Amino acid sequence: MNTTISKDTRDKPVIELINVSKTFGEVKSLSQVDFKVYPSEIVGLLGDNGAGKSTLVKTVMGFHVPDKGGEIYFKGNEINDWSVSRARSLGIETVYQERALCEKQSIWRNMFMGRELRNSLGLLDVKKMRSESEKLMKEHMRFTSTAVHPDNTVATMSGGEKQGVAITRALYFEAELVILDEPTMGLSLTETKKTLEFVKNIKKAGKSAIFIDHNIFHVYPIVDRLYVLDRGKIAGVYNKQDISMEELIESLYEVARTGKI
Amino acid sequence: MTEQTGTKTLENNNPSVFRRYGSQMGIIGVGLFIWFAFIFAAPDVFTDYRIYAAFAQTTPQFGIIALALTFVVITGEMDLSFPSIMALGTAIFCLLVKAHVFWPVALIFAFFTGVVCGLINGYLVAKLTIPSLVVTIGTSFLYRGLELVLMSGTGVPLTEDMYPEMHALLRMPLFDFPIQTLWMILFAILFAILLNRTKFGAHVFLVGDNPVSARLMGINVVRVKILSFILVGVVSVFAGLLTSFYGFYFWPTTGDGFLLNTIASVFLGGTSVFGGTGSILGSFVASYIVGAINAGIVSAGINAFYTQLCFGLVIIISVVLQTIIDRKVRKQSITSN
Repeated sequence: MNTTISKDTRDKPVIELINVSKTFGEVKSLSQVDFKVYPSEIVGLLGDNGAGKSTLVKTVMGFHVPDKGGEIYFKGNEINDWSVSRARSLGIETVYQERALCEKQSIWRNMFMGRELRNSLGLLDVKKMRSESEKLMKEHMRFTSTAVHPDNTVATMSGGEKQGVAITRALYFEAELVILDEPTMGLSLTETKKTLEFVKNIKKAGKSAIFIDHNIFHVYPIVDRLYVLDRGKIAGVYNKQDISMEELIESLYEVARTGKI
Repeated sequence: MTEQTGTKTLENNNPSVFRRYGSQMGIIGVGLFIWFAFIFAAPDVFTDYRIYAAFAQTTPQFGIIALALTFVVITGEMDLSFPSIMALGTAIFCLLVKAHVFWPVALIFAFFTGVVCGLINGYLVAKLTIPSLVVTIGTSFLYRGLELVLMSGTGVPLTEDMYPEMHALLRMPLFDFPIQTLWMILFAILFAILLNRTKFGAHVFLVGDNPVSARLMGINVVRVKILSFILVGVVSVFAGLLTSFYGFYFWPTTGDGFLLNTIASVFLGGTSVFGGTGSILGSFVASYIVGAINAGIVSAGINAFYTQLCFGLVIIISVVLQTIIDRKVRKQSITSN
């Protein structure tokens, strides 16, 4: 097992999971996972289907409650009542593989899902959410088509546009940590390029990201550190400068064959 | 064809009023059509204000529940137990007053009964994820049974001398206008704000549209559903009191015959049975259409046997039209036009 720890001198991790396991009935999806992300660091998460990538992400996000004995730290403070709304209020946002959109609803309702803006009376500030959505779609996502209107329902959009809503939503709230679970899946080449550009910008803005993708050619160039997950366990952790892409691919094959590195 | 494509793009650019409020406009159109048909069929009756006064007094008795039920249906659930909650809440009120409890206190307990009934429904549906049809068929018998046991099957007179305030609040016209409809308008405004301008309302739509997405975004799906059922519970008790004071008498069978009218109003109003879409305005207008068909057929001198036939036709045709319009709207993609 390769456990390079060269980041000790840096700040406290944004998020740290210690000895986290997650069992669904009989199935152990995560097994004693140690995982951390430092400020302005992009961490890649690689692994086969069913390796536990999505479960790990949903645990970081507070959607899954880890089994007893696991610890979750946010900026060095242990958190016991971890939940999605707690995680989001602390600045963790996720672009889910399944996009987590409500398709019959308008773009602005999706954009502000779970974080609706309110005026001084405590009522929804629909006007502001509409105008902010429009601004974000045009400036942030650079939707060149003027057809994007905040009142359109998500069901009328193309796959790339839907992904755009999901990504913009995650970035709008100035998250400390953005998790992207296979964000390029089903996207066209230009859309993929645009998405990868976004991930790089997260780092430039001094924020952190967890980047999950099947395509190692997408992951390797933009990450600082890599976790390889296999059957719910961390099979390896690498600093990018310590491993070439060829070596990485080689070890991924090795993991797939033997479960070990 | 090219010209058509051009206009389509323009429409997409800024969704037309029709696209945004299509189903609400549809239901208003249906309402107007039926109204004109009645005027045409029986001009004497339908130009007399008294027929409208009659609708305005009886429709809110179930219409107010339809407004609250809209929330539950948008979350993708259904409540069949509200007729029993109407009776149980009113029974609690009557029993407490009989036991010399000051009437406003009895009223609070009656509404509290509605809260508890809604809470039980919501908890079983949302927390234990039992289908709401099954749960509320069960609780429907439970609440009705409890009421019948408490009342031993007997009714209670609700005369004006005994309850002057309640009659003033729930039955006597205000400035010559049927107070029942004033209540309905008040509830409609409050619920429209609740649905369209509060966080809770926004979450009702999201939960009904895609509960998994809502949970992933940190929305408490269980809480939203339970609150929706509680809303129906409380409003049902109000409707039970409204109905009973209208008839000067509490019958242990109160609520019988309300089930289908109320549910029909919600669906006729354009609220989707699949959840995620719906409007208070739609349920409001649809309630009066349902009320008008019930009373109007007889007033128009048509054989009362035609009531249900007409009723069924209007509902089926409206729902089919809504579905077709809906599909048309959704098929258009922004980029692929």
